[in-house]
Amino acid sequence: MSLQELASRLQEAFSTGIVTTAEWRGELTVTVTRDRLHEIAQFLHNDRAMDFDYIVHVSSVDWPDDEERFEVVYELYSIRKRHRIRLKARVPESDCIVDSLTDLWKGADFMEREVYDMMGIRFRNHPDLRRILLPDDYTEGYPLRKDFPLRGKGWRDTFEFLDETPR
Amino acid sequence: MGLIQIGRQDKDGTPDIVTTTVEKAVNWARKGSLWPMTFGLACCAIEMIAAVSSRYDMDRYGAGVFRASPRQSDLMIVAGTVCRRMAPVIRKLYDQMPEPKYVIAMGSCATSGNIYDSYSVVQGVDRFVPVDIYVPGCPPTPEALFDGILKLQERIMLKRVFMKQPDQVKPSVKI
Repeated sequence: MSLQELASRLQEAFSTGIVTTAEWRGELTVTVTRDRLHEIAQFLHNDRAMDFDYIVHVSSVDWPDDEERFEVVYELYSIRKRHRIRLKARVPESDCIVDSLTDLWKGADFMEREVYDMMGIRFRNHPDLRRILLPDDYTEGYPLRKDFPLRGKGWRDTFEFLDETPR
Repeated sequence: MGLIQIGRQDKDGTPDIVTTTVEKAVNWARKGSLWPMTFGLACCAIEMIAAVSSRYDMDRYGAGVFRASPRQSDLMIVAGTVCRRMAPVIRKLYDQMPEPKYVIAMGSCATSGNIYDSYSVVQGVDRFVPVDIYVPGCPPTPEALFDGILKLQERIMLKRVFMKQPDQVKPSVKI
């Protein structure tokens, strides 16, 4: 199925919920609203023609000047049909939560945890939403956010296992 | 080694008696049998592996017996970027090494953090373990690592064995 066919089939199935579809350099990117994200992902996963059985990556983007500050990005692939799609959903800072897709793709588990860890976006119905890269007791915030200082807030220079206090 | 040759009875000039100090003999034995611990953290580890392998053969300097356990090694070569979460592990392994022990910070990352001036990268392994030799490079070639090992061997020869050493375990932490 070509990218145009993918996009038009998705638009036929969902009259609302799809904000934009864009094709660039052979990649199809579909921006969806946050409340319909899980529904659309479920369609992509279950529909026989779509058949997106593999989740490649989950990531996030911080647009500090935008009204809806964060963007969650899902990259999907169909091993059988050999086609790809990218799903994007905007998330405001005031209500920083989005539906988890771990019930559709188990592989989303760790990648959503990473997004939570580094960007601070929470996932509704995630089975085990804990920090994954940073220590559990990390208190400096979310390092991938644009307002996070590049050098952190002192954690890298604090060694609790040393006898001496830093001077 | 400071050898003094006494007696030249043989026609080819081979000495019969060799005199030296015990200190020099001990240091000579120590420098010629450095057992390094593998601590590859990033791309520097590849150069370290190349230095041990047949083309460069680090065993020529007596430093080729790489151990996977800190309890059997006396030289820790920290090769690569030191992330903050790895710091307690490095310190624990350093503490487990028997005395006398030496540390080489291999490459710019282990020396200073290199370009990674980020929230998660320690700006030099000397923040929490004492470092004897810093090897520059990104990554250093095997020859550069050899230079570091030879420099370390020179330093070992200068050590006083039978005198109380200043407590070296606690590093000076500078922020």
